[in-house]
Amino acid sequence: MRNMPAMTPTFVPRTGNTGTGALPRLWSPRAWGILGAAAVVLLVVVPVCNLVVPAGSAFHLSDYTVTLVGKIMCYAIVALAMDLIWGYAGILSLGHGLFFALGGYAMGMYLMRSIGRDGVYKSDLPDFMVFLDWKAYPWFWSFTDHFWYAALLVVLVPGVLAFVFGYFAFRSRIKGVYFSIITQALTYAFMLLFFRNDTGFGGNNGFTDFKRILGFPITAPETRVALFMLTAAALIGFLCLGRAIVTSKLGRVLTAIRDAESRVMFSGYDPLGFKLFVWTLSAVICGIAGALYVPQVGIINPSEMSPANSIEIAIWTAVGGRGTLIGPVVGAAVVNLGKSWFTQALPEYWLYVLGLLFILVTLYLPRGIAGLWARKPS
Amino acid sequence: MNGLMRSCVRALGAALLALFAGAAAAALPADVVSALAFGDGDERAQAIGKLVAGGDAAALPLLQALIDGDVQTVGEDRVLIVKGDAATDAVTGAAVSPLPASRDDVVVNNRLRRTLGTAIAAFKLASPDRAVRLAAAKELQNSADEDALPAIVAAAAKEQDAEVKGLLVQTQASIQLASTDRATRLAAVRVLAGSDSGATKTLLAGIVQKKDGKFVESDEEIRAEAQRSLAAVEGRLAKGDIAARVFSGISLGTILLLAALGLAITYGLMGVINMAHGELIMVGAYATYVVQNLFRQHLPGAFDWYLLFAVPVAFAVSGATGVLLERAVIRHLYGRPLETLLATWGLSLILIQAMRTVFGAQNVQVENPAWMSGGVEIMTNVVLPYSRIVIVAFAGGVLLAVSLLLTRTRLGLFVRAVTQNRGMASALGVRTPKVDMMAFGLGSGIAGLAGCALSQIGNVGPDLGQSYIVDSFMVVVLGGVGQLAGTVYAALGLGIANKFLEAWQGAVLAKIAVLVFIIVFIQKRPQGLFALKGRTVEA
Repeated sequence: MRNMPAMTPTFVPRTGNTGTGALPRLWSPRAWGILGAAAVVLLVVVPVCNLVVPAGSAFHLSDYTVTLVGKIMCYAIVALAMDLIWGYAGILSLGHGLFFALGGYAMGMYLMRSIGRDGVYKSDLPDFMVFLDWKAYPWFWSFTDHFWYAALLVVLVPGVLAFVFGYFAFRSRIKGVYFSIITQALTYAFMLLFFRNDTGFGGNNGFTDFKRILGFPITAPETRVALFMLTAAALIGFLCLGRAIVTSKLGRVLTAIRDAESRVMFSGYDPLGFKLFVWTLSAVICGIAGALYVPQVGIINPSEMSPANSIEIAIWTAVGGRGTLIGPVVGAAVVNLGKSWFTQALPEYWLYVLGLLFILVTLYLPRGIAGLWARKPS
Repeated sequence: MNGLMRSCVRALGAALLALFAGAAAAALPADVVSALAFGDGDERAQAIGKLVAGGDAAALPLLQALIDGDVQTVGEDRVLIVKGDAATDAVTGAAVSPLPASRDDVVVNNRLRRTLGTAIAAFKLASPDRAVRLAAAKELQNSADEDALPAIVAAAAKEQDAEVKGLLVQTQASIQLASTDRATRLAAVRVLAGSDSGATKTLLAGIVQKKDGKFVESDEEIRAEAQRSLAAVEGRLAKGDIAARVFSGISLGTILLLAALGLAITYGLMGVINMAHGELIMVGAYATYVVQNLFRQHLPGAFDWYLLFAVPVAFAVSGATGVLLERAVIRHLYGRPLETLLATWGLSLILIQAMRTVFGAQNVQVENPAWMSGGVEIMTNVVLPYSRIVIVAFAGGVLLAVSLLLTRTRLGLFVRAVTQNRGMASALGVRTPKVDMMAFGLGSGIAGLAGCALSQIGNVGPDLGQSYIVDSFMVVVLGGVGQLAGTVYAALGLGIANKFLEAWQGAVLAKIAVLVFIIVFIQKRPQGLFALKGRTVEA
């Protein structure tokens, strides 16, 4: 590591709303109120409306809606992770779909093993392994029948991969479009790898036909609502974590790196550690989102790693507004609600809309939807 | 049954000898034809032997029709050759009209099919046309067994053409390997040293093998000789293999070069990653498709030359599309490369969907002109398709034109100046926005040329561009920007490396290996292989 400077900052840039140089509170009272209301809706109202309110009632929420909102919350977590690295550190990753999929695959391995002998071939091995005539689990499947181990993999696999990749990339000061392109190459390479049957992850079809999670039947309404509440809690938790990071000194250095990396270095900071931290954290958050996504949607396959999927994550963040925390959540919701409406009503027009969204947002709405409400910077 | 079969095929061999002696006969004997159509397996095989013994060229269409399933019987005695609505009598050769209503197909089983194939090939060995004889000799090389040996020996003795004769002698030797006579086997093994076919390698390797603790070939001298021949054949095959792989590597490399050349210009000049570059390639391919259709409709006589017209059209259409995109979107985003990346991705989605709306989601058919189909055979099993050779030459031409444009013209001078130092060029009076537009049009036009070339060797569909975008970025990243040489070396290097890794570890792992290599490579040389010299200011 080249000339590592002392970590004590000699110059802390002041932000507008604090005046004294002290760090601002986590959230303003109003924001706490909104967050609390959202938590009540997601953790109490939705479960009650789905499980307790009878199906005929106007207040009943269908299983479809619960699954859709649950899915969108997973996407929102990914968009939030993308925002931490892109909106606050200025690093555009075109490979975040990879971390999402890796987390999903780690959870999928556990779910596949929980199928037990209920598969089509009534074997201890998953159907695709029977199909390939394998006799035993490959080494990387060991211990995945334990939930705690799979949960560990959900965090470790994306985390370690991101750490190693990020360490080498940031150490060589790869940035801008170069970094974007090699992250795209990375996810593309993994997609090709996972498409192979011999890799041991079900090839083309990936994992599907899950039966149960932690002993509970996976399609039961109660299980679905539990997963929904878990996802909602994760989303709110990660929002608070993100807020804690971006309002800390660490967050300020990140913003400074985004705006003028050379100046940060001249001020005595080494950007490597800061970038690496937020990059790895972002990947881990994506992995967790993937792990929450797979049991709700019921399938994971290599197409989640396609470059197109990763770049779509960037547009959720951009539509909502980079550099704000609520923006990406809103963006993910708006784009995906639009997508599920269009792909049912006018499937042939969705790509036009998505394409226009990419162009119009970058041209006319660089601050996204959140920018519409934000006051003009002084 | 089998013995009878064997004996009658021997009769066939003898009959072929008679054939080469130049026997000539009149119309086909009715009893033989009838046996061929109505008899059981052995009777039919005998009938084939008799037909060949007759040596009448009129028998060839009948045998061919039999193998094609075109022979039908009417009642208990008449045999017809039916092609579509036209029918001829198998015995007299006279046309039969009208077609009798109730006819039965003559079904040929696999055993008879083989006998027929060998008989037909043997017949064709007597053809005056060299190409027919060559094809027949090749057919026999793969299918002949010892029953066909006499015919092959006779034909080889008469053959004047060196290539056909060589093939026949090889085939003869590979059959003779099973001979009980030691001297014959030894001679055969020696003859086979001159072969370059994979089948011979398998054959020789089979001889020197041990089976159940015993050598297949008991004679030690023959084994040693076979070992030598085997080494010679393997050496020749390996050479052919390497030659084929180098060529397909160069071919892939030139395709990558065409796809990446335009990208290198726009990226080098503006630092803009154009994610819609692949779609500009696709637009070029569709332009070629449209030109092809216009020629087919209005100028069918000149169809073979539609490509000459499609090349400038593809360049113009893609170039114009590129200029349009630059004016409408990209120029507003200069200095914001990440946003440009996203906006051009949006453009690519719109272009893909537009092509789906206009031409449909299915792939469209683009036909090779007649002069581009076929190929040069440099060795057995090593064929270089003309279409690939033409594309290699075409890429060379495009490269030459672009490098002349960049080094010898005023526009080229401006492009190089802006690439090196935009601010300074602007200060000296270069109108950089105009240069940007022209250069973007040029890069897009080259993408169109790439699409025109790709339409000749691959599928043309709305997703065509997507499969090339990652690869062409890798070429640009590896080669570095600002110099064409970097792009050329990177494209050819990646192409050849990819093909050799493919042979070693399979296509998918090869691709992954190349991607990983590039990711590691960038760590060491973030500027690519050939960086521009001089001081650059970090943005």
